[in-house]
Amino acid sequence: MSWTWFHKLASPPHAYRILGTIAPWFGWASLALILLATWWGLVKAPADYQQGDGFRILYVHAPSAWMSMFTYVVMAVAAGVGLIWRIKLAHAAAAACAPIGASFTFLALATGSIWGKPMWGTWWVWDARLTSELLLLFLYLGYMALRASFDDPQRADRASAVLALVGVINVPIIHYSVEWWSTLHQPASVTKFDKPSIDLAMLIPLFIMIVGFQLYFGWAVSRRLRGEILRRERNANWLKEAA
Amino acid sequence: MSAVRTPTLAAARLVFQRDMTLAWRRWDEVAQPLIFYVVVTTMFPLATTPDLSALREIGGGVVWVAALLASLLALESLFRADVEDGTTEQWVLSGQPLGYLLLAKVAAHWVLTGLPLVIMSPIVGTGLGLPTSVWGVLMFSLLLGTGTLSILGGIGAALTVGVRRGSVLLSLLVLPLAMPLLIFGSRAVTMQMDGDSPAGPLQLLAAIFFMALSLGPLAMSAAIRISVEN
Repeated sequence: MSWTWFHKLASPPHAYRILGTIAPWFGWASLALILLATWWGLVKAPADYQQGDGFRILYVHAPSAWMSMFTYVVMAVAAGVGLIWRIKLAHAAAAACAPIGASFTFLALATGSIWGKPMWGTWWVWDARLTSELLLLFLYLGYMALRASFDDPQRADRASAVLALVGVINVPIIHYSVEWWSTLHQPASVTKFDKPSIDLAMLIPLFIMIVGFQLYFGWAVSRRLRGEILRRERNANWLKEAA
Repeated sequence: MSAVRTPTLAAARLVFQRDMTLAWRRWDEVAQPLIFYVVVTTMFPLATTPDLSALREIGGGVVWVAALLASLLALESLFRADVEDGTTEQWVLSGQPLGYLLLAKVAAHWVLTGLPLVIMSPIVGTGLGLPTSVWGVLMFSLLLGTGTLSILGGIGAALTVGVRRGSVLLSLLVLPLAMPLLIFGSRAVTMQMDGDSPAGPLQLLAAIFFMALSLGPLAMSAAIRISVEN
């Protein structure tokens, strides 16, 4: 089996071209799905018998929370590939992922907090999932801070890659320790809202929204990665020829 | 080319002894985290309430937070002098497994900063109203917790060698990773105080410690190689 296609993929000019081709597909598809799911979730899906219309923020909250973790894993895999096979493009991809993941995490926190105000009566509850999202945000911020603190881009790439790998091993530990901590401190009734078996009529738009968010991630990461490539290759010949 | 290589354990012991010797000659630096630890825990009664029964509620957590911060304080400069004077470069070139040498260095650092915190903790805890019955659990949980934190901090220190304002960055990197330690450690103390068995959180702390002990040196040596090569 020939691996040339794979090596080609790792070369900046090819990646730049391919990303430019696929980004619009991701973008338009995600826009269509997110609009469809928004309409479905806000208009068509029935109101919750307990929370009324308040539950509808779930359609933003749950996909962002899911994407915040998904992005961290993608970032860590990219960082690991970059570290092991010394592929610069993989490091660039990890760098492109971090701000997107941090934004998803922030969105999940903000929507969770907005949802909590009418449901729990306060803006913030030390709920297990909210707390582990908060810690995930700290991990993203630490990663970006480490990346920003080096002048040498290669060192920034590799040092932050080690941190991303250490972080991804820790994410499950953090998650389960927070869950354990929360069940000891709180009555279970608070977390009952999210858990009960959700009706199919509410579930379908959620799935569509998650797919839409995934495609959005594809679009955003393609765009950011193109930017990263331009920044890193600004002195390369292929760019001068292309321009 | 038949140079006799020092056995790895002997090399690690040499690193350990060297760091201990250096530390004895600058014992004031060793004492600083300990003083910081006592000062921070003094702030809580002043900031909240001098009522011992109220302090007891948060005492376990306060001791733990203060211990984590104090042992992070000294970590920032862990590898700096050695990287700057080329010692670490020689280690990388020596053919010895770098992870073991770094682990020996971290172990020496833990004996000098972590262990005094553990020994000091009953005194500090008593000041916060913790009963003598929790001393054992407090010390044991801190023993495991500061050990893990030294390894995590070692990774962070290795990554941030030569970075401007490294100490704030180091805390930002390491503290989120140390949250599980804080949860299990302070919870073990509280459970013992409430008359429950603290075995569960202590076992989880021990599990995290051994995981850090086995995987930490790999991450540390990778991080040091990056710092030295560039």
